[in-house]
Amino acid sequence: MSVQQVDLANVKPYGDTLDDGMVQLSFSLPVPYGEEAREAARRLVLKMGMEEPNVVNAMDLGIGYTYFIVYAKCQHSINYNAIKVPKVEVERMSKEEVEEFIEHQVRRDVVILGACTGSDAHTVGIDAIMNMKGFHGHYGLERYKGVQAYNLGSQVENEELIAKAIELKADALLVSQVVTQKDVHIKNLTHLIELLEAENLRDRLVVVCGGPRLSHELAKELGYDAGFGSGSYAEDVAAFVVHEMVERKLV
Amino acid sequence: MKSKLNLNPALIQQARASAEAIAQEVQGFIDDHTTVTVERTIARLMGIDGIDEVDQPLPNVVVNHIREGGGLETGVAYWLGNAMVATGKSPQEIAEGVSDGSLNLLEIPAQNRSEVEAVVGRVAGDMVTRIRQNRQTRDQMLTELGEGPKPYLYLIVASGNIYEDVVQAQAAVRQGADIIAVIRSTAQSLLDYVPYGPTTEGFGGTYATQENFRIMRKALDETGEQVGRYIRLCNYCSGLCMPEIAAMGAIERLDVMLNDALYGILFRDINMQRTLVDQFFSRVINGFAGIIINTGEDNYLTTADAVEEAHTVVASQFINEQFALKAGLPEEQMALGHAFEMDPDIPNGFLLELAQAQMAREIFPKAPLKYMPPTKFMTGNIFKGHIQDAMFNLASIWTHQGIQLLGMLTEANHTPHLHDRALAIENAKYIFNNCRDIGEEVEFKEGGMIQRRAQQVLADAVALLTQIESDGLYKTIEEGKFGGVKRSRTGGKGLKGVFRKGAGYMNPFIALMLGGER
Repeated sequence: MSVQQVDLANVKPYGDTLDDGMVQLSFSLPVPYGEEAREAARRLVLKMGMEEPNVVNAMDLGIGYTYFIVYAKCQHSINYNAIKVPKVEVERMSKEEVEEFIEHQVRRDVVILGACTGSDAHTVGIDAIMNMKGFHGHYGLERYKGVQAYNLGSQVENEELIAKAIELKADALLVSQVVTQKDVHIKNLTHLIELLEAENLRDRLVVVCGGPRLSHELAKELGYDAGFGSGSYAEDVAAFVVHEMVERKLV
Repeated sequence: MKSKLNLNPALIQQARASAEAIAQEVQGFIDDHTTVTVERTIARLMGIDGIDEVDQPLPNVVVNHIREGGGLETGVAYWLGNAMVATGKSPQEIAEGVSDGSLNLLEIPAQNRSEVEAVVGRVAGDMVTRIRQNRQTRDQMLTELGEGPKPYLYLIVASGNIYEDVVQAQAAVRQGADIIAVIRSTAQSLLDYVPYGPTTEGFGGTYATQENFRIMRKALDETGEQVGRYIRLCNYCSGLCMPEIAAMGAIERLDVMLNDALYGILFRDINMQRTLVDQFFSRVINGFAGIIINTGEDNYLTTADAVEEAHTVVASQFINEQFALKAGLPEEQMALGHAFEMDPDIPNGFLLELAQAQMAREIFPKAPLKYMPPTKFMTGNIFKGHIQDAMFNLASIWTHQGIQLLGMLTEANHTPHLHDRALAIENAKYIFNNCRDIGEEVEFKEGGMIQRRAQQVLADAVALLTQIESDGLYKTIEEGKFGGVKRSRTGGKGLKGVFRKGAGYMNPFIALMLGGER
């Protein structure tokens, strides 16, 4: 019903009435708590291009700074019809489907190496994809029939990862990057691709990266075959890897 | 205290006895060995500080010099003492001499042994006195200023820049924080040296340096005076420089240190022989300095499941307790770790969590338990995250946890913003105040879900400890029984820095700190 009234060429935020433009904002300003602070927050939101800002809460942060919660109406709209987002284009498969695909199409074990590279010590992501247990009821690659999964853990140097890839005759590398402060992940991910190219290995491997701040678009830009953000599970990664192997005749 | 969980005291005793035997088996190895960082710690405690022209810390310069000369088995204390007797110089002057190449410690003729022992004893005694005074200063400030009620509110700062950290820490204190932890830069645990001086660049945290410790200590003392309560400072005594960080913390009056016997092995792939030797000396120092140690069992649950692997947390707590007792660290300084990491989709997950938190409380009655917030199941939905943190706060006040590492609603998104901390403190204060005595008022149903869960986890922990006692700790870790992480005895980082002690080996601080008057 209401869906039909939405003008997809001019989409605005929705609060409780179509096109009311309602947004919630919260931020701090380095000014002392008080009426002037509230007014500063209100004016700043006006400058952001919002209408009717309403400072519903202000909180003294104790060092002459103030925190605000503000509601306001956004004037801008967006053309939803014109949006194109690059995504990993592979049909979703279950663990069993991946296993079957390997059995019939790949016809040998797929060797997958996973690692948190560089200084990154956060293995939550790579563990969720690789470990037997998996995450949220989605088993990890170690449990897949036809997959030899090696989780190298955290703080693995790119050189070390490549040495392991050669030693184990890897088909695919999964690189997890969680820490993104000062864009350290970009440098690290770029470095790996450069090393793989220098070793003439890039074309022989499926190389995938993942992490909460990584999009498929960014991954492609950095020279990876795919990028997986949060909400991806082992079967998503596995489906991509096996399809890619077949498509690129790496089997 | 009457058990609210109806735990069998005989089982608890049995677990403790197994853990004692496990620690004892490894202690022989620990006592026979030293490491490069243990030796650098001794150099630091004898007064050596500073860096050379290529930013190499002088304790590293001296220890490398002795190691390359093949003399490390006798210990840095011996070689420094020998040089002191021969030259009349201080350890710092000697280190500078080694650094500029004017002194070769291994070429100095052997001096009279009792004279060497006397000069080493004198400088060691001076440092021990200084650390004892720090302890007394803390006690005095605690008496004069007082402290916040337990659970202490523990907040992290992690800007990478120590001066920015100071601003954030002082704000957190004004909002109600009792403990400020300065998260370390992400790869520091793998550096085989401690960086020097104030630092303004870091990744995911700020480097632990002695100067950074000093800067933050001063800032927290000032703000503590203003708000009328003592503010504890926490850092990370783990990685390849465990005892050095402990020494720096003791000298600069830190109050809390992350310090686990097994964490580095499992989660940083540091060689197990190295870590076991290092953790001992670091804990001797922390124990003597009155520093509360936080153990890292909570980390198991970031890689393993909180329901299936709960008993490994308890087993590890028992082992950590025994290693700490061997290093002279009293129970009151053992903040054994655990975490609120139940999958929020589990029916009655909160009840299971409550059972485990209460169980830790009852098994370790004197320990100021460290309770870690949800991280694994935080999603970026900050509104749900704020409720997950509220549930965590409720479990904590209910079961009398000691140190509450406050959960951030923005966990999984970014290192905390200024107002994230304010909201976290507001959340905790509301629940702690509103439910202050819930633990005294509410009892658990006899034979109910909570009691049965705790009894089961304890029974599983006892079985695991019995197994470890017969297999030995090394084999247990090799098989991946903790956190699902497998480590080999000769694998990992830092094994090259482990040495068997030779005849005439000297470390004056063990006797002074372990046996000495506090």
